[in-house]
Amino acid sequence: MQKSNVDIRSLQIGFGGLKVLENLNLHVEASEFLVLLGPSGCGKSTLLNAIAGLIDVKGGEIHIGGRDVTWAEPKDRGIAMVFQSYALYPRMSVRRNMSFGLKVAGTPREEIERRVGEAAQMLRLTSLLDRRPSELSGGQRQRVAIGRALVRHAGVYLFDEPLSNLDAQLRAELRVEIKRLHARLSATMIYVTHDQIEALTLADRIAVMQGGVIQQLDTPKKIYREPVNRFVASFVGSPAMNFIPGRIACDGETGFIAGANRLGLNGYAFRGLPTDARAVLGIRPEHIELTASDDPSAVSARVEMVEPMGADTLIWCRLADGTTFSFRDDADAKMREGDTLALRFPAQALSLFDETSGQRL
Amino acid sequence: MTAVAQPLPAARRPKRMTPARWGLYAFIFITALYFLLPLYVMVVTSLKPMAEIRQGNLLALPIAPSIEAWVKAWTSACTGLTCQGIKIGFLNSLRILVPSVAISILVGSLTGYALSLWRVRGANILFGAMMVVAFIPYQLFIYPLVRVFSFTGLGQSLLTIVMIHTIFGLPTMTLLFRNYFASLPVELFKAARVDGAGFYQIYARIMMPMATPMIVVAVILQTTGIWNDFILGLVFAGRDNLPMTVQLNNIVNSTQGERAYNVDMAATLLTALLPLAVYFGSGRWFVRGIAAGAVKG
Repeated sequence: MQKSNVDIRSLQIGFGGLKVLENLNLHVEASEFLVLLGPSGCGKSTLLNAIAGLIDVKGGEIHIGGRDVTWAEPKDRGIAMVFQSYALYPRMSVRRNMSFGLKVAGTPREEIERRVGEAAQMLRLTSLLDRRPSELSGGQRQRVAIGRALVRHAGVYLFDEPLSNLDAQLRAELRVEIKRLHARLSATMIYVTHDQIEALTLADRIAVMQGGVIQQLDTPKKIYREPVNRFVASFVGSPAMNFIPGRIACDGETGFIAGANRLGLNGYAFRGLPTDARAVLGIRPEHIELTASDDPSAVSARVEMVEPMGADTLIWCRLADGTTFSFRDDADAKMREGDTLALRFPAQALSLFDETSGQRL
Repeated sequence: MTAVAQPLPAARRPKRMTPARWGLYAFIFITALYFLLPLYVMVVTSLKPMAEIRQGNLLALPIAPSIEAWVKAWTSACTGLTCQGIKIGFLNSLRILVPSVAISILVGSLTGYALSLWRVRGANILFGAMMVVAFIPYQLFIYPLVRVFSFTGLGQSLLTIVMIHTIFGLPTMTLLFRNYFASLPVELFKAARVDGAGFYQIYARIMMPMATPMIVVAVILQTTGIWNDFILGLVFAGRDNLPMTVQLNNIVNSTQGERAYNVDMAATLLTALLPLAVYFGSGRWFVRGIAAGAVKG
């Protein structure tokens, strides 16, 4: 099975006067698992459909496996696709659903049977081959849809929010299954989702999109740790990153001033030279630490609400100036509403954003 | 240990037959009788010999029932100059019906499929307009169409009447199938395209197999509509292909001497037999088809 890379060069897509994508560039390596992550309407599904050849582009080029396929028919692009609504052919059995594309392409019968059998075994569908889609559960249907894509032995597999129609438990199960599939086939996969957990767990690289523009393209770890702007910071991570407005002060040791508190920024990797300016400090709930009350860098906060989440506890606090934020403690945290805590914000775990542009500082 | 049998909790079911219900049933029963009465009169009259009919007891059951009138209506009643009964008309109607129904559904479903893919703004207004056009009385079109067919040299023929029925069936058929196909998820079409199927392959192998309930509805609508047609058949079919409705009219309206009520009734019942059979045989499917149009999947 060949694995293709995908190269998208200054792609433009629009409907009527509306521009959805403008001058978008993206390179996906062979065998890579790339996730397009973003809120609805950010253009991620449009991009995927353009790669599949299901919508026409206004400008730019799409190359798959080194071949210019910008104007090729979907079937000639060496792709396979899995849809959100499964899109199984309702009047055909599972077997015929999976073999339809091969039959249309005129593949010999033994070859079809071999490939269908192989995919069915991989996805544990062998016992369901003669059922109709209406006799299957949601998870089984999506597995059939994945199987239908696998038998094509495509160079690139496209997934358009494949787990969005499933309940939480099945979603987690199938997520693992897709990850295992990628490990086993090491095929090129492009996966669209609005679920940041799916993105973080599955991707080799994530492209976070907003307003038709890729905001950040990087490994899940980098995206999570070093978001390039406030949008990426707030979209990725659950519970969400805390944002505390204030300003950067460069007198003496560089620090961040929020109300009466001054946080040392020694150890924060600034992108440029720090200057005195208004800024927003971002910190993930799990990076805030409890500390001794006589710690000079401690920030004092009052507990407002305690949310036990099973594996850990989310504690909502309020600073003296009214800013609220949450932090994560272990499951047997003993805080109660109204307690006063001494907290530390480690400089290397912070993200600082320009107040107006939202860009990382 | 003594176990005291506790009564199981059981809420009383409300009484089914309230006075309002009785009223409702009585109303339905009387209405049904009212609409069945003409049918009853027709059936009993067709089974009576003329001597009994002359006595004027319209509602009485036949004293000596015979199917003579039915046989006469079928084989030897006079439809104008020929006296071969209504069976000629029956065969003509069948010859018109079968190709007309098949072609109009084929063409209508194909155009409906094509239009279901055409999702632009204003499309719904256009389809609304099409629906209105479907209700324009077609007497308006007869003269222009006669001119067109005489100009093209087709004149009156079986082909002409089949084409006419296809044309007049097109708006309804197209909309019926368009609305059904438009209710299907677009992703189904996309998946088939990725699988490499072309426009006609998707139509024949994916869309039409799903549209079975719609096809049944279309067959019922077209069969009853075309079978009951009178004026189009009279104008476009030509002398040799006059449909059963026209022949029936000739039997009933061209009598010399005494009017053979029993033969008229039998001929009318024979003509109505096919739509009746279609309704009885497919009522279940009809409801299912309408419901399938409303709920997708």
